[in-house]
Amino acid sequence: MREMDELKQKVLELLKEDARTSTELMATLLGAEEEDIRTAIEQMEQDHVIVKYTTVVNWDKVDDERVTALIEVQITPERGRGFEGIAERIYMYPQVKSVYLMSGAFDLLVEVEGRNLREVANFVSEKLSPIDSVLSTKTNFTLKKYKQDGIIFEEHEEDNRLMISP
Amino acid sequence: MITNKSQHSGDAEKSMKSYLAPLVQQIQPSGIRKFFDLAAGSKDIISLGVGEPDFKTPWHVREACVYSLERGFTGYTSNAGMPELREGIAQYLHSRFAVDYNPANEIIATVGGSEAIDLALRALISPGDEILIPEPCYISYSPITAIGGGVPVGIETFGENQFKLDAADLEAKITPRSKILILCYPSNPTGAIMSREDWEPIARVVEKHDLIVISDEIYAELTYGSNHVSFPSLPGMKDRTILVSGFSKAFAMTGWRMGYACGHPDLIAAMLKIHQYTVMCAPSMGQVAALEALSNGMEEKDRMVESYNQRRRLIIKGLRDAGLECHEPQGAFYAFPSIRATGLTSDEFAQRLLFEYKVAAVPGSVFGLGGEGYLRCSYATSVTQLNEAIERIGAFVRKLEQERRG
Repeated sequence: MREMDELKQKVLELLKEDARTSTELMATLLGAEEEDIRTAIEQMEQDHVIVKYTTVVNWDKVDDERVTALIEVQITPERGRGFEGIAERIYMYPQVKSVYLMSGAFDLLVEVEGRNLREVANFVSEKLSPIDSVLSTKTNFTLKKYKQDGIIFEEHEEDNRLMISP
Repeated sequence: MITNKSQHSGDAEKSMKSYLAPLVQQIQPSGIRKFFDLAAGSKDIISLGVGEPDFKTPWHVREACVYSLERGFTGYTSNAGMPELREGIAQYLHSRFAVDYNPANEIIATVGGSEAIDLALRALISPGDEILIPEPCYISYSPITAIGGGVPVGIETFGENQFKLDAADLEAKITPRSKILILCYPSNPTGAIMSREDWEPIARVVEKHDLIVISDEIYAELTYGSNHVSFPSLPGMKDRTILVSGFSKAFAMTGWRMGYACGHPDLIAAMLKIHQYTVMCAPSMGQVAALEALSNGMEEKDRMVESYNQRRRLIIKGLRDAGLECHEPQGAFYAFPSIRATGLTSDEFAQRLLFEYKVAAVPGSVFGLGGEGYLRCSYATSVTQLNEAIERIGAFVRKLEQERRG
């Protein structure tokens, strides 16, 4: 069991680096049986440990206008449900890319994406602010994304080692 | 008049050479140098010839150095190195390898492990002393020995024995002039390691023949499956061993040139004497970085070791699938497959691999006795590059097979 947990951990680290790594390559790298790798992945998919395989995109390089805002939202929790219900009402909107419950001066951090400033502003004034338990919002537009999920967008470190060295 | 080299004045060059010390003139250029020149002229090469990590120095180490420069920490340090650094090295060696040294008089920070080896040899050699060197090995030991007036005596190690040093082979080379044994495990180029059981008979020979040991443990952190056994941790060996190590391989800090030597106060004092007259002290900014690596770098180091281990499995499997016999290297970041079955010498194999298949690797013959018939392949390069290199090596081996049949 412990061994399986360790294997899962290592498989996750490899997949996090490259979700397209084949089970065959993972088996070689980890010195494990390919069958065990497949089992580990299947179990983690079923348990929703692995939620989805996706792609990290640098949208700045795509000819496609879009703006992102990080919105600090203060809310009154609902009796019996706390923040869950209100968080759901917000995250169900497709233009909402992520929602975090935060400690500190505000409650929810909401990442919203739109084609332009007006679209995001409209979302805040027409959808987010009018929700009963929302007390206040503070909208911060992002100007540039440098790093996401541990991945640096403009990697400038090259391999400048000597070709042959002792 | 001294003529500019670019004017191709062969006579002038020759005449200047006559001023050189005979000891230095006799030293042959390294076989690695030749491959460096060959590879440098070619394009689209995948290199398995690199003897250093493919990681950059962890950011916290670089940042600590930058911060120290901003604060103006740019002067000399004490000759032996910053006391905090020596203290850090002592604690590290104690906790990782169970060897204890007094930071006050048993540790000296050096300009890379290389300087430590040079200091140790210069402090110990009298003209004509024989220096025992298990081979294949790192290319510097013999030349440094020779410059110091010593006589290098190679001891062959064998693939059939995972390139471990055999006590009987060692003893067979001992004469009344034998003085020093240079050890380098985990080994560059073979990846061999020595377990406690492997070491014990060696320690008995060392004791019996009253040898001094220079133990180059620069790859100590890079072992896979078992912890490195430091030679001075063996009973009775500490006083007669100079432990040499450094930050290059474990913490991906090759360019910083930060190493150290540990040993008996009498030996360290003699080495310190040479060190203070030649380099004064190791670079202060490098010392700051080294201390940061020891203080906060273990997690990142472990991550790098795990990554080497994964790639080690990949290259061994790949080389074997390609049809080359390959023992399992347990340390460092080199695979050392045998290419004997191809019928080529290691030099021919490496040259044709470079020119015909654009993969650079180092022929085993440059590493001394026992290296002929093998190829050093560094796996400190990306998985993508390794896979491509393995494919090309496989294609080359198949071509050689066809040539032999045809």
